[in-house]
Amino acid sequence: MAKKKSSSDWEYASAPETTAVNIAKRYDHFINGKWTTPSNKKYFATTSPSTGRKLSEVAEGSKKDVDTAVKAARVAYNGAWGKMSGRERGKYIYRIARLIQERAREFAIIETMDGGKPIRESRDIDIPLAANHFFYNAGWADKLEYAFPNMPVKSLGVAGQVIPWNFPFLMAAWKIAPALATGNTVVLKPAETTPLTALKLAEVIADAGLPDGVVNIVTGAGETGAAIVNHPDVDKVAFTGSTGVGKLIQKSVAGTDKKITLELGGKAANIILEDAPIDQAVEGVVNGIYFNQGHVCCAGSRLFVQENIYDEVMWKLKQRMDTLVIGDPLDKNTDVGAINSKEQLRTIKRYIKQGLKGGADMYQPECDLPIKGNWFPPTVFTNVAQSSIIAKEEIFGPVLAVQTFRTVSEVIEKANNTPYGLSAGVWCDKGSRLFQVTGALDAGVVWGNTFNKFDPTSPFGGFKESGYGREGGLHGLGAYLDLPL
Amino acid sequence: MKTGNRASVRGDDFRNSPPVDYVGIVERAERFTARSIKSITKRAGLNMVLNMIDLTTLEGADTPNKVRQLCYKAEHLHDSIPGLPTTAAVCVFPPFVKTARDALGDKSPVKIASVATYFPSGHTTLKSKLEETKRAVSDGADEVDMVISRGRFLSGDYNYVFDEIAAVKEACGDARLKVILETGELATLDNVRRASDIAIHAGGDFIKTSTGKIASAATIPVTLVMLLAIRDHYAKTGKMVGMKPAGGISKSKLALHYLVMVKETLGEKWLTNQWFRFGASSLANDVLMQVAKLESGHYQAAQYFSKD
Repeated sequence: MAKKKSSSDWEYASAPETTAVNIAKRYDHFINGKWTTPSNKKYFATTSPSTGRKLSEVAEGSKKDVDTAVKAARVAYNGAWGKMSGRERGKYIYRIARLIQERAREFAIIETMDGGKPIRESRDIDIPLAANHFFYNAGWADKLEYAFPNMPVKSLGVAGQVIPWNFPFLMAAWKIAPALATGNTVVLKPAETTPLTALKLAEVIADAGLPDGVVNIVTGAGETGAAIVNHPDVDKVAFTGSTGVGKLIQKSVAGTDKKITLELGGKAANIILEDAPIDQAVEGVVNGIYFNQGHVCCAGSRLFVQENIYDEVMWKLKQRMDTLVIGDPLDKNTDVGAINSKEQLRTIKRYIKQGLKGGADMYQPECDLPIKGNWFPPTVFTNVAQSSIIAKEEIFGPVLAVQTFRTVSEVIEKANNTPYGLSAGVWCDKGSRLFQVTGALDAGVVWGNTFNKFDPTSPFGGFKESGYGREGGLHGLGAYLDLPL
Repeated sequence: MKTGNRASVRGDDFRNSPPVDYVGIVERAERFTARSIKSITKRAGLNMVLNMIDLTTLEGADTPNKVRQLCYKAEHLHDSIPGLPTTAAVCVFPPFVKTARDALGDKSPVKIASVATYFPSGHTTLKSKLEETKRAVSDGADEVDMVISRGRFLSGDYNYVFDEIAAVKEACGDARLKVILETGELATLDNVRRASDIAIHAGGDFIKTSTGKIASAATIPVTLVMLLAIRDHYAKTGKMVGMKPAGGISKSKLALHYLVMVKETLGEKWLTNQWFRFGASSLANDVLMQVAKLESGHYQAAQYFSKD
């Protein structure tokens, strides 16, 4: 059943999403409820990673712009928003959620154009889940006393939020929704390669009639992010991104009384035990590492297979990889889209070289990649050592490193033998063993017989160098309150 | 091959069939329905669907004339559209096999499938089941659709079920055997997998989901579990086994989702009526409506398509 294409094959015809969307030629910052030109008058381009085409240009945020935004947020906090009852706040947040649902298709398309992820994912996961985060947090806005009984619930003030390029819209929702529900105001910076949907969210926020300055969106690169983090009038810093930048942020807030949550990198173990339902486990492995081209901090990038089922697992995994459709992310049939940026593509290629140099065996399905844009095929490495770089470092691409194990204690030791601790997965048919293994893994999220499942009600976050603090659920709300804990 | 293979697995413990995770199967099943089938792909797919149908009538009220009409329809699906294939087979009760053979003759590409073994309940002696099977084959059936003894299966008597299938297979002679698991009565996907393994090892040429006589018939998740059993068997032995979902598939779009599932699970090799069938009575007309729409650009009313 090896894949050899012939002319008689029944191939899917392309089915691109063709709904027209409105992307302006140029976007300013969204500060104090108004589109505001950058103080230095500078803009930079944002391009589509699947075509290389320029989509728009966005403002480059200077220190001055960030200062204006933080001041606006402070005024809003001291004014209307800070004094508003939870019930009233909740109404605004519900309104945002509903407006997102109404424009879901538009946002999904723009997310896919700007970020390169398949429309199937942005349509079915990113955008609906973002709306759900607003719905979930809206419900808590007037019930915070019950969420944290016997504690005074006091908001923090101005939250500075810096988000990554892998889930641009979802991360914005993930950060803004709990901040608003708890009565804080926000200055948010989207990633420089994927700013468009956050700016679309600004449109929604304006349409929802939020008081001016409650949510401010400033675009820019690392320096703009640093200006937010270092601004003396920011009370809370929330960052999702690389461990390297997370460490810098941690240093820069040391000695201040800023509260901070960090959601950083990961190198998750996905463990298949001998009695697992193998076909479903393989499906979980594919969803674990090739979802969003592997640009997922909780991606299951290390696969551990019990040695007596290794051959079967690998045969089935390769066969499943052969059926993945790679190409135009706007095509509804596409499973794996474009790599987010040229820089990230270079990083992935560097790791591939190191993997091959280290003697690992590589498998990639036969597929024709588009010529324009940033592309990398789903890849699996076997014959990988625990000490090899591809098994140790976060690649943040569609690259899986496979190891085998004999005993449960061995795999627990190997799985935990990493500086990261964000997520893990275990596949096993026997309930008692499933709980034994999942309980022993040092990771913030551990999935049993599934992978990469997210829900607004569930806290998400890491151990060790994967960061600290939780987002989602009650824990996520608590991170935006001054609780006497 | 038949007896040798059977003897070697006769002692297998079918309790050891691989486990199936319901949530995972349903999730994978949903992915097949998200594939977009358009234009050329759709037209080619619809032709394939027509060519894979076992055009079926299994009613107490069946008459020889109804069967003759069914046979005509199988060969002439909709003559106003040239180039349409025939269906794969007609599927009838044993007393109508002769009628169907008379109507189709010996040279028709349309096969004659007969249900046997006291379809749909299967509640009779092995002797009667074998007699009925032999009569259907000697009357001219190319294929026999048997039902397994679900009661024995659910009580854990897997060897009985295995032996019964093997005996019917022997009674079939050259006719191909389709083994109906009646998955709607098997309660769990683990049971569906186990029954699939038994049917395949006992010599079934096809495994089939349902009789169509109870409410719960073919579904994509159930069919996926059976396809995975076929795939695992092929990987181990190199022997291909066919699949026939039956009951509940009456719309073209759903049928195309099934083809996507076959393609992505078993590969292109299975996309022929030699290895994949739809057991259906009303599917053909829905497909014909879609084909007519692709040809003419607009939908025609149901009354333009013959009801048989």
